[in-house]
Amino acid sequence: MMELNEQDVEDVAVGAAILGSGGGGDPYLGKLMCLQALRRGKRIRLVDLEEVPEDAFIVPTAGMGTPIVLVEKLPNGSEPLNALRILEAYVGKKAYATIPIEAGGVNSTIPLAVGALADIPIIDGDGMGRAFPELQMTTFFTHGVAVSPMSMADEKGNSLLISALDGYWAEKIARVVTIKFGGIAWVAIYTMTGRQAREAVIPRTVSLALKLGRAVREAREMGRSPLDHLLHVSGGFELFTGKIVDVARRIAGGFTRGEAKIEGLDSYRNETLTIQFQNENLVAVKDGEIVASVPDLIIVLDVETAQPITTERLRYGQRVAVIGMPCHEKWRTPEGLKVVGPRYFGYDVEYVPIERRVKGGGLK
Amino acid sequence: MSLRIGIDVGSTHTDAVIVDKDNRLIAATKVVTSPDVTSGVLEALTKIVKESGVDPSEVAAAMFGTTHCLNAILQRKDLARVAVIRIGLPATAAVEPMVDWPPDLRRAVGDLKFLVEGGHEYTGEEISPLNEARLREICREVKGKVEAVAITSVFSPVNPDHEVRAAEIVREELGEIPVTMSSEISTLGLLERENSAILNAAVTFVANRAIQAFLEVMRSLGLEKAKLYLTQNDGTVMEAKHAAKYPIFTVATGATNSLRGAQMLTGIKDAIVVDVGGCTTNVGMLVKGFPRESTIHVEIGGVRTNFRMPDIFSIGIAGGSIVRVDDGRVCVGPESVGHELVKCGLAWGGNVVTATDVALALGVMSIEDPNCKPELARRQLDPELARKAYEIIVEGVEYAIDRVKTRPEPMPVILVGGGSLMLPTRLRGASKVIRPEHAQSANAIGAATAKTGAQIDKAYSLEHLSREKALEDAKISAVAKAVEAGADPNTVEIVEIEEIAMPYLPGNAVRIRVKAVGEIKL
Repeated sequence: MMELNEQDVEDVAVGAAILGSGGGGDPYLGKLMCLQALRRGKRIRLVDLEEVPEDAFIVPTAGMGTPIVLVEKLPNGSEPLNALRILEAYVGKKAYATIPIEAGGVNSTIPLAVGALADIPIIDGDGMGRAFPELQMTTFFTHGVAVSPMSMADEKGNSLLISALDGYWAEKIARVVTIKFGGIAWVAIYTMTGRQAREAVIPRTVSLALKLGRAVREAREMGRSPLDHLLHVSGGFELFTGKIVDVARRIAGGFTRGEAKIEGLDSYRNETLTIQFQNENLVAVKDGEIVASVPDLIIVLDVETAQPITTERLRYGQRVAVIGMPCHEKWRTPEGLKVVGPRYFGYDVEYVPIERRVKGGGLK
Repeated sequence: MSLRIGIDVGSTHTDAVIVDKDNRLIAATKVVTSPDVTSGVLEALTKIVKESGVDPSEVAAAMFGTTHCLNAILQRKDLARVAVIRIGLPATAAVEPMVDWPPDLRRAVGDLKFLVEGGHEYTGEEISPLNEARLREICREVKGKVEAVAITSVFSPVNPDHEVRAAEIVREELGEIPVTMSSEISTLGLLERENSAILNAAVTFVANRAIQAFLEVMRSLGLEKAKLYLTQNDGTVMEAKHAAKYPIFTVATGATNSLRGAQMLTGIKDAIVVDVGGCTTNVGMLVKGFPRESTIHVEIGGVRTNFRMPDIFSIGIAGGSIVRVDDGRVCVGPESVGHELVKCGLAWGGNVVTATDVALALGVMSIEDPNCKPELARRQLDPELARKAYEIIVEGVEYAIDRVKTRPEPMPVILVGGGSLMLPTRLRGASKVIRPEHAQSANAIGAATAKTGAQIDKAYSLEHLSREKALEDAKISAVAKAVEAGADPNTVEIVEIEEIAMPYLPGNAVRIRVKAVGEIKL
């Protein structure tokens, strides 16, 4: 068990933005919820999967809805707690812990606040190891954890319990309710036992976010290159350094798709890297050859500050470094790749793990 | 009654000009910016009126671009204590106002915050009815403890009713006190809008005091007939009484005045403007004659805000930048001698190597100042060091130009500001480099020749409203606000309309931003 302080929360938020791989939304709101909870004497306790009892009842929590509503109608704080309580009542067990569904982006930090407010620990792990755009893109789903029972709550005290046939129905029902709730709803979903969690959870991703954020901060404080420090701590690979020369975007099927073209600088002079994205960065192509692809993480950072740049913020003239980080083993199985592999996102290519591409492709 | 005075406060110098009705320059002067800002402004005003010999009764308007409000926030000085009222319960309680403010700034504004039932959904429906009784209770609680009030209601850019009603109640209970409604300051994004409203309320005090000081000196100089205006972040001016209500809109005017001045001096409406001062060089872009605005959150004094700010890229390389060698590496800036250049610079007999000395030694610029002796710089500077330092200066500026661009194609670059003479007439990324006459006074000229206007940024739900009606409503309120800000109704025109769809919401919610600008009504 490990307890997070205010500085840790700040660091987790930076790390979560890095793990967002260009998407996932801003972890800022959840960070502020955590800071307020800490200042009121609440505790954020991270528990390792190893410590979780086999029969523990685990309730993941998250916010869903429209980003613009999320930043305008901030939560009361009781909503995710209500959602969690409903499932407790229905199942007839007290929640042992909550857990983030995604370690990258906005939903990474919110469960930390939920745990603090409910006075339960947060499991150090998640269902993605990064950010993905759809609810079924979790290792919870690929490991057979049921979506239902699922509960939803709003700030006014409304709540409901959903027994959906499957994820498809859960999503359909939840969308309608979310709109009636005013564009944002707080959900508890994918409940599991400790035994299931050991199978289905990507472990130690909250502490990974903490490590990444801390690496960036400490390097800045010591006047060292945050980028080098980050690469060292993350076990990631530098894919490219350059200047963005073109960004094209289009809205397709509710998502923003597009690509950014980067012209090499320094040791990458005369080379070009193109990143294709759909909310998150999907594929990096250097001079016609793929150098990294989903589900591995492709992260664009400001070359000087190592501040991650989300896909909607990419613009001409930015000096960026592109790094790649291996995704978790759980995504590299046939079942995992079916849900989040390059083919799912419309690329007719085989997934090759980034460390093999790096060794075989002569990357620097 | 046809002259205008323009004054712009920079980090090193405060510039003043007088222009006639055809925007021709009549007189220009500059003084060193004073630590309190006010005395420097008053000195510049007095100097320009006395030196030019113009008849004070001929001056119709005085336009001031000042850093009073920005300094107050950065230095946490002279800030009003603010009652921060947020309307949105039961929503929003998870993150109270000012949670992530720097503690010293939070203390400086009093750290008095209250949450009240009310606010709206994105559809315009109420989250809950406004709790008026609680509002009156809060007013009684803060009476005598605060000098301003900031009110922020959830989704007020869609429906400001609760903010308007709350402001009425506050005035009933507390009498004449500055009240800021967040919907008048910025747009969606509760925390950033709330922060913007609090900062606005906090600087009403210092803004009012500055305005009173300006008016007094104007009277003492016989400028009784001249109207006072303050320049604002978007490159336009607002009347003093308007500025007293929205002082936060003055915090970035230094950069925008220079951009507008560059436009006036060249007639070019789309260009990159490089404003070289004493300590920093600001680079921005003119789009259709006005400064391009930032699309991301801008931090001021450590606080995230979302009111409209110019998109400016600054580098610490300018006229007074100190040149030194660190471990065999040549460095230029960010330390600067500022206005002490004429004392410390090599060419003035001092012993500090500055960017200006480098340019003088290489013979790329000359300065009309009998005390400036380029040969002093030339004799003392190693030519190799000078060449290397100059390369760094030019590369720094070219980098900033590239960062401000949105496309790789070359664009016209206009050089202005006191230090701009040191830059070459060819720059990478520039289709041409223009160095207009009076470039060193561009900032004050930008102020003196400014138009006035206003912009609105509102969210509309198109469920019960046609798109045309929404656009019409936005245009009407922008024009009304421009007239309120002092524009001649006959000259007001819409210079910008932006429509942003808000995805994932039913009922077609849109954000409409309209900017209306007109000649000032004299």
